[in-house]
Amino acid sequence: MSLRGAAYIAGAWEHPTRKAPDKSIALLHAECAKGALADAGLTKDDVDGYFCAGDAPGTLGALSMVDYMNLKCRHVDSTDVGGSSYQLAVGHALEAIAAGHCNVALITLSGRPRSEGMATGTAPRAGNPGVPEMQFEYPYGPVTANMYGMCAARHMYEYGTTSEQLAWIKVAASHHAQHNPHAMLRDVVTVEDVVNSPMVSTPLHRLDCCVISDGGGALVLTKPEIAKSLKRPLVKVIGVGEAPKHQAAGDIDLTYSGARWSGPPAWEMAGIKPSDIKYASIYDSFTITVLMQLEDLGFCKKGEGGKFVSDGNLISGVGKLPFNTDGGGLCSNHPANRGGITKIIEAVRQLRGEAHPKVQVPNCDLAIAHGTGGLLGSRHCGSTVILERE
Amino acid sequence: MAPEVRQMPARKIPFVGTPDTNPETKPFFDAAAAGKLVVPRCKDTGKFFWYPRGISPFTLGPVEWVEVSGNAKIYSLSVMERANPPYAMAYVTLAEGPTMMTNLVDCDFKALKIGQDVKVTFVQTEGEGPSMPCFTPA
Repeated sequence: MSLRGAAYIAGAWEHPTRKAPDKSIALLHAECAKGALADAGLTKDDVDGYFCAGDAPGTLGALSMVDYMNLKCRHVDSTDVGGSSYQLAVGHALEAIAAGHCNVALITLSGRPRSEGMATGTAPRAGNPGVPEMQFEYPYGPVTANMYGMCAARHMYEYGTTSEQLAWIKVAASHHAQHNPHAMLRDVVTVEDVVNSPMVSTPLHRLDCCVISDGGGALVLTKPEIAKSLKRPLVKVIGVGEAPKHQAAGDIDLTYSGARWSGPPAWEMAGIKPSDIKYASIYDSFTITVLMQLEDLGFCKKGEGGKFVSDGNLISGVGKLPFNTDGGGLCSNHPANRGGITKIIEAVRQLRGEAHPKVQVPNCDLAIAHGTGGLLGSRHCGSTVILERE
Repeated sequence: MAPEVRQMPARKIPFVGTPDTNPETKPFFDAAAAGKLVVPRCKDTGKFFWYPRGISPFTLGPVEWVEVSGNAKIYSLSVMERANPPYAMAYVTLAEGPTMMTNLVDCDFKALKIGQDVKVTFVQTEGEGPSMPCFTPA
């Protein structure tokens, strides 16, 4: 049985904060929940399914959060695959709603790495030495920046991709961010600005990286009958897919991401192809992340991503594939170091016609929101969501 | 006049836990202490794999520990210039097959290239920790 259309995104809300030193992570989760429920026209007492991931406080974060918000749930899911956990949660909520395990699913994310002074992408983080790969990786200093840097270096080696081509991705994001009053970086930048910014980890420069921000977001999914009883435009979930990619016992290929596997089932369920998409939210922890996912999702051929993203092709109103029209993680927001949920929220805005008028895609009826969680260079999970305006 | 080569202070390599934390990997650490690179091999398929573990990731069958040549090629690298001191993160593909995470050491980072031949060298981790395999141009 296809789950196409078994659930709708009835509520979507992004916290406007980018720095929240006076709020706890639990409070930010709850504020996001309140915002998304109000957007949908529902209350917390309507929620009977709760979804969160590793950003929820504590090791039993889902239990802590249903207690904190005093939710009465009959379904709970805290699958954590990093920044794409929220795409995954949309898929899992779709399954749960279709199976009758819940009627109103709430998904929340929040965090405050900025207030906590976390050196997100550049400081090695020692973990539990019992994690099986830890002792064979941590000594070498794997951090976000170099684990994406190695992917970029290999892509350049195999396909001739250049730093200037990667820079176009940041340029496009900055053109969109100038219209977002909440974006952290609102100045429009040029290719030269990006390639002349300080090197972080070769070949990635400072402006190839996303922002570090506090904040969060939430989504409310419901079954069709409830969605149709509400007053919001109807945004239907028509395709989902998820796929972890890892080191394959040493058979490492850094030129593609999990999107190569999460995309096809989502396209098949949706019954559409990449050229049908009017707006794309693509996870943008770094510029290289966007380029590889666009190739892997089929928007262009493998190895041609550099050419595809150049010359403003991702800029709304200019190019063929408007992407991340809120400014994305590269310029606006990467709350809790996890950009998945803001990708879905901006896709919902576009489908409702509620994006900023300067970046709104005309007649936007089909959108994709793809996430990559974890580290592109070692272990990550690709997760794809395809949405339709009904 | 020959260009000046900037000498980078070597990054101290940390370790987390002790080799006893994962007793299944003892043969690797014992060999590393003796300056030998020992890599696990699946007894069912005869294929080497990485990272070390006590069960085959190909068949969930038994594993044997085999000393390898220490010869490899750089698969990819990223020089962490933001760090002080900078260090060269890399994946290298061993002559025997698997690709492993490592650091490239004792070299001019700017001259490193993907595809370049490298050979193993062992670096003792901080606090008299175990030795870990790093690689340097062959």
